Amino acid sequence: MIRLENIHKSYVTGNNKLHVLKGIDLHIEQGEFVSIMGSSGSGKSTLLNILGLLDVHDEGSYYLAGRQIASMSETKAAQLRNEYLGFVFQSFNLISFKNAMENVALPLYYQKVSRKKRNLMAMDFLDRMGLKEWAEHMPNELSGGQKQRIAIARALISKPKVILADEPTGALDTATSYEVMEIIKEINGEGITVILVTHEHDIAAMTRKIIRLKDGQIQEIIRNGELGRFRHTYMKELETA
Amino acid sequence: MFDIDIWQEIFATIRKNKMRTFLTGFSVAWGIFMLMVLLGSGNGLSNGVSENFRNQSVNAMWIWTGETKMPYQGLKEGRPINFHNDDYELVKKMKGVGAASGRYFMGNSKLSYEGEYGEYTVMTCHPDLLEVEKYILEQGRFINQIDILENRKSVVLGKDISTAFFKEEEAIGKYIKINNIPFKVIGVSTEPGSTRNRTAYIPVTTAQKVFNGSNRIHNLAITNEGTTLEETKAIQENIKNTLAHKHRFDAKDDGAVGMFNMMERYLETQKIFQAIRIFIWIIGIGTLIAGIVGVSNIMLIVVKERTKEIGIRKAIGASPRSVIGLVLLESILITTLAGYIGLVLGTGLMELVNMFVEQSYEASKATSGGSGETIFRNPTVDLGVAAISTILLVVAGTLAGYIPAKRAARIKPIEALRDE
Repeated sequence: MIRLENIHKSYVTGNNKLHVLKGIDLHIEQGEFVSIMGSSGSGKSTLLNILGLLDVHDEGSYYLAGRQIASMSETKAAQLRNEYLGFVFQSFNLISFKNAMENVALPLYYQKVSRKKRNLMAMDFLDRMGLKEWAEHMPNELSGGQKQRIAIARALISKPKVILADEPTGALDTATSYEVMEIIKEINGEGITVILVTHEHDIAAMTRKIIRLKDGQIQEIIRNGELGRFRHTYMKELETA
Repeated sequence: MFDIDIWQEIFATIRKNKMRTFLTGFSVAWGIFMLMVLLGSGNGLSNGVSENFRNQSVNAMWIWTGETKMPYQGLKEGRPINFHNDDYELVKKMKGVGAASGRYFMGNSKLSYEGEYGEYTVMTCHPDLLEVEKYILEQGRFINQIDILENRKSVVLGKDISTAFFKEEEAIGKYIKINNIPFKVIGVSTEPGSTRNRTAYIPVTTAQKVFNGSNRIHNLAITNEGTTLEETKAIQENIKNTLAHKHRFDAKDDGAVGMFNMMERYLETQKIFQAIRIFIWIIGIGTLIAGIVGVSNIMLIVVKERTKEIGIRKAIGASPRSVIGLVLLESILITTLAGYIGLVLGTGLMELVNMFVEQSYEASKATSGGSGETIFRNPTVDLGVAAISTILLVVAGTLAGYIPAKRAARIKPIEALRDE
């Protein structure tokens, strides 16, 4: 589904050049459930942005669904995002003047789906999130968990191949975080690839594969079966902290 | 661009941001409103003055005599110049001269009818004076060629004289006495744009015979058939040269023969109004530009404010084009709608003013016996200008929205979404 080969990315600010990603090689199969971990500045958000076509890599190759992503027009990138990718953000990023249903329906607007049809589909997705009766509510009338579930419904409505979640539980309390993670797990169960960025170990532990980044490089990849070892490292980290 | 969804998107945005939209629109509405009020006022002033000119032939010209101021061909200065019938005949036949009438003033004369009498001005003239001065005949007819040829004792009375002598009675056909000589009343007239109609008109030939004027004429009233200022001036020059030759005075001598060219004054006035109109357009468009810059400014702020929203839209698949469309159409919609409101209010106000102007005009018309006085008439803007303004608005909206829209399209989703 996703293949990265020797991806480099630097940001230039004035005279300083910040080398954020220093050669990332990564292969993510269809239907995988992956988390990207790392301390701040390790490049995990930059990696997610490149995966999400929100940013362009400087060097290396990126293949999404077998298609090489090189410098492309913004219009093309927008179209690919709309077709293949769904985003879930830490701060939900719902449009404040649109109600829940309209927010969920928005990606379909850009696919030129008729208003009636997309609102119907939005209602269906809200129903799956258990938020049918909140459809007419504005984002500021909803709780964090509800907002994130609406954001997930919005990410799902365009039937993407990959869901990219940037700290999806970062703004939520533990109980709500677990609820949201349950939903994300379910989505993954339907065969959609999920990649999430988190710095919470318990959240990462719910995924099947953990990619740990350090200083712009992949430090280690921990698979589901090796989670025990991961817990061990995690305990050690806590001790040293 | 014309699918209903994008409009629904825009209306949803506008509905949720009423105050912002109102403020944006207000500056444009105000600009157009001011433009319409200014243009209307300019038109009103111009129409009013033109109306006053319409009371006279704009091509009228008066020629009178005086004393020479310059010595010429051995003749001393200070020599009086006099017109006679042959001068009238000469000028009448000249190229570029339309109607022509000689006039011989008798000064104040005693007019009487039965027991009533009064002192009035008696003016002697040719039939063409009617055309030059644009007298309005209330009853009967004016002096005609037969009156002139047969030296008939016919008189056209100013309305005030007729009212004084005949009250409600029929004046036509009655005989009045001018300096004790009976004249038959053939018409009653008024002067346009004047409240005093105290002049009686008699044929110039009759006056010369009856009141011992021999063949003297005091002045000439003609119409100048030139259509441009240059043409009328050339005709005027030609007349003066001809008269100078005939009466032997220097053509540059402005004392010997005086001339007044109405066309010259009319065209000068027109020029002033043209200048005023250009001035108004400049001010109006300036106001409008201020409004447009206002819209552009607010749209820039709006784009800044909506950076995050635009970022979200882009992340979920909005193309740069759709973002440009969103901002541009919103800008066009606001400017056009607000501009239209300003247009309607502006023209509406001028129509209202027009109503009052017409009322006061009618009132002044009633009191001054037939003709109203005004310098402000029909202060409205015609449909063509309104149409141009509307097109201007759409263009303005596009211009106002373009830079902000471009900026919106350049927003990078990652930057927009970075954090709160």
